[in-house]
Order: sequence, then C-alpha cells, then structure tokens
Amino acid sequence: MARFLLRRLLLTIPVLIGVATLVFSLIHLVPGDPVQAMLGESASPQDVAQLRTKLGLDRPLLQQYASFARGVVRGDLGTSLRTNQPVTGIILERMPATMELAASAMVVAILFSIPLGIIAAVGKGTYVDHVATTVSLIGISMPTFWLGPLLAIVFSVWLGWFPVSGRGTVANLVLPAVTLGAPLAAILARMTRASVLEELRELYVMAARARGVSEARAVFAHAFRNSLIPIVTVIGLQFGSVLTGAVITETIFAWPGVGRLLVQSISARDYPAVQGCILLIAVTYVSMNLFIDVLYGFLDPRIRYE
Amino acid sequence: MLKLGIAIVGLALLGALVGPALSPFDPASQELALRLATPSLLHPFGLDELGRDILARVLAGARISFLVGFTVVVVSASLGTMLGAVAGYFGGRIDDLISRVIDILLAFPGLLLAIALVAVLGPSLTNVLFALTIIGWVGYARLVRGQVLRAREFEYVHAARALGASTPRILWKHIIPTAIPAVVVQATLGMAGAIIGEASLSFLGLGVQPPTPSWGTMLNGGRAHILDAPHLTLFPGLAIALLVLGLNFLGDGLRDRIDPRSNASR
Repeated sequence: MARFLLRRLLLTIPVLIGVATLVFSLIHLVPGDPVQAMLGESASPQDVAQLRTKLGLDRPLLQQYASFARGVVRGDLGTSLRTNQPVTGIILERMPATMELAASAMVVAILFSIPLGIIAAVGKGTYVDHVATTVSLIGISMPTFWLGPLLAIVFSVWLGWFPVSGRGTVANLVLPAVTLGAPLAAILARMTRASVLEELRELYVMAARARGVSEARAVFAHAFRNSLIPIVTVIGLQFGSVLTGAVITETIFAWPGVGRLLVQSISARDYPAVQGCILLIAVTYVSMNLFIDVLYGFLDPRIRYE
Repeated sequence: MLKLGIAIVGLALLGALVGPALSPFDPASQELALRLATPSLLHPFGLDELGRDILARVLAGARISFLVGFTVVVVSASLGTMLGAVAGYFGGRIDDLISRVIDILLAFPGLLLAIALVAVLGPSLTNVLFALTIIGWVGYARLVRGQVLRAREFEYVHAARALGASTPRILWKHIIPTAIPAVVVQATLGMAGAIIGEASLSFLGLGVQPPTPSWGTMLNGGRAHILDAPHLTLFPGLAIALLVLGLNFLGDGLRDRIDPRSNASR
C-alpha cells in the first residue's frame, strides 16, 4: 500500500507543477500591457511603472517564474490589487463558505440520487423507472444559472420560504445547495441505476435469491454494496463540476465564497487574486482526485497491484 | 430517445435558421414604453428591460448557441482526434508530451480554465470559442488515444504496414475510422457542453457582449428583474434546457445504437 501511495503522490507532482505554470502564464496572455489593463487607459506612466515593479513584471521571465514558484510553495500568492490584502488570506477567509456550499450540495445530491437510482433499477422498465430516468435527464440538461433563479422565484418570491441571498443560517444554505447539487444528483442517479442493474444480473445475487434471502437484502446487502465503487468514483470526479458550479451558484445567491471572489476579481481586473483563486480551485480538485484514487485502492485491492 | 432528440434539435436548428427572418420584430429594436411587458398574443414571450421582443431575441440567440456548438465541436474534435491518434500510434516521447498536456488541462475542473482564459483575454465571442476549444479537445484526444492504442495492434493494421503503407495512410484509412463512432457520440454530448459553456460565460458577463442576443446574456440581464419580471429569466433558460435535453437524448440514443452494450443496462 505504501508503494501505491508513493507512486500516486509522485504522479501528482508534475501535474501540480504544470497547473502552477499555466496559472503563472495567465497574466502574460493579457493582450497588450497587463499592467495598463489593470489600471485602465487613464493611468499615469509613473503608476504603471510602480505597479509593474510591485508585481515583478519588469524582471526577466525566468526570474518572475522562480519568484512565483517560491511564493506558491510558501503559500504567498501576492497582494490583491482591489483590497491591498494578501491573496492567500482573502481566499482562506472565503474558503469555508465554498466548502460548506460544496459539501451541502454533495449531501443533497447523494440523499436524493441514490434512493432514486436504486428504485429505478429495481423497478426497471416500469413507470417509476421511466419517471426517474426522465427526471434525471432533465436534471442533467438544466443549467445551474437557470435552476437557481427559478428556485429563487418559486421558494423565495412566491412562497417566501427561503431567503434569496446571503449566508449565515441553514435557510440561507437550502436554495444554493439544491441548485448546485441538482446536476450532480441527476448524474449520480443515472450512474446508481446502471451500476445496481449490472450487479442485480450477477450470479451471486441470483444465488442469494435462490437461498431465499429477502429482496431488500438481495438489493441492499449484495447488489448495492458492490455497485458502490463506480458510484464513489463518480462522486469524486464530479467534485470538480461542483467547484466550477459554485462560481455560478455563489454569483446567483450572493454567497460569499471563493467563486464569487473570482468573479469580483475578474470584473476588477485584479489578476493576482484571479490567479490565486484559479490555482487554489485546481489544487483542491487535483487533491480530491488523488484522495479518490487512494480510496479506490482501499476499496478494490486489485488496483494497488496494477 | 434518438428520434425525440433529433426532433428537438431539428426544431431548434430550424428556429435558429429561419426564425429571425419570420419574426415580425427585430431583436434589437426597443419599445421603451412597453419595457418588461408580460407575455401577450403580440409578444408571446413578453418584452425585456429595454422593451425588446424576447421571442425574437431567443431565436437570434439560438444562432449564437449553434454557432458556438458547431465551431467548438468541429475544431476540438479535429484537433483532439489528430493529437490523440498521433499520441496513441507513435507512443514514446510524443505520447508522453501529449498525455502530460492532457493531464494538466484535466487538472482544471470543468469550465474553470475557460473562465480563466476569457478573464485574461477579455470578453468576446472569439475568445469564448478559443477558450472552449482549449478545454474541449482534451476529451476527444483521450478517447481517440485509447481507441488507437487498441486498433494499432489489429491484424489488418499489421498487414497494411507489411504491405508498405505509409504512416499517414495507416492512420487515416485504417486506424482513425475505428474511433469515429465514439467521436460522433462524444461530439453530440460535447455540443451540449459547449452551448452550456458559452451560456455560463455569457451569464457571468465574460462571453457574448450586449446588445448581441445570447441566451446566457439574456439570463444575466434577467437577474436584476427576477422579482418584477420573471419572464425575462424563464424563456431563455427554457430554450437552453430544451436544446441541451435534445442533444443529450441524441447523444444517448446514438450511443445505444453504436454500442449495444451500453443499452444492456437500460
């Protein structure tokens, strides 16, 4: 297991270096002069020169890269141009809100999708299955930036059940979590259905039934338990979509997380903060994938010896 | 499912092609006195915050969606197929290089890299197309690389090589065609992804800029009037959801036709 862990960790290092390099080069993709773009056309040459020095953009590219890499390793992502505070500090301040939203969305998705997928698989071809399959296809097709406003119209404006924006109470969390969790729920429900169906056809389930175990036990203790590996994988892989979806959901519901910070920083052309947010989200995603890989190794020992 | 998908996508395409010509209203013309008017017989989808006919704008927005969908899919699929085939066929350092680039691009979840690229390049349709293509080709390359790795060991490929066929000929005539069905399915689903991608970027103010009608831009404009005029949000969103649903039906249906094993679990 230690070798397996070490190999996975070593494979992650070049990816992280590549991610950091790509994030570093973002500022150099700005058409024209990035400093002028940040300060606007009316900025004086002195201000432009001062900011260029502050950001280190007047140094040779390799030196800039070395300094950026040193900063990343030390957790120093520069200073925000908008707030004049360290980027790492602002992001860490917002991170709990994003994690709270992402975790709640995943809980909503899992609670809704797994029972739906199992019911659809057990009742394959029935009316319940058709309804469940159609609901999940609609869920996949419904964009977050439409579902969020629709939920706000119905549950905030018409029914007055939940607040339309802000953070602090459980009521504030419901609509953003459902908005962000719905597409994931739809994907998971389809995956659960397919995976449980496949297991239900296996000989060991047939043998269990032949031994006279109850249908519920055959489904839950045998088929569902073995269908969990692909489901866990999809949950892990979809974590990235949840993080990206958070950018839109946080914008819709004025949720004070990293996604909203990213959009605000883009509007203000605060490139150090944009780079910081992108880097942090990507690193979180890579770490989550690594965690899922390792978990997969625990769940299925054959993978460790590949 | 396939037929339903074809019907929905066909209707949407027809709407995009002939709709703006048939609509009595120009998507840009404003009737400020009637701003935010609710749906009526004359304006079935109502009017927006500047008194523009929402139906005319939804139809015009469909053109942007199809333009983005087709362009991103054609360019990404061509680029991804080419690079995936080269990586899979030649292996070695070329494969390592292409695979590492794929790994790095896949380390950015979903639309995040597109958001980052458009954020630095500036909001415009061209930059949206560029950003969506940069994140789009990776999926095709991975898919084709896998297929080619398998296909290059087929006996007829060995036979073609023994007969002296050139590498480009082997790739073009014998190997790439084996990957095409999978690429077609991926392209259908990828088109839905590109359309949602453009709408997401436009919704965040990073895509198509007003006054050009795009479904995402319309939804962004509707946010300020969600309390007093929800119809501004309802119709463009419904259009996106229906088109994406149609493309998902089409992709799923095609996959069932091409790969009967995937149908077995249905």
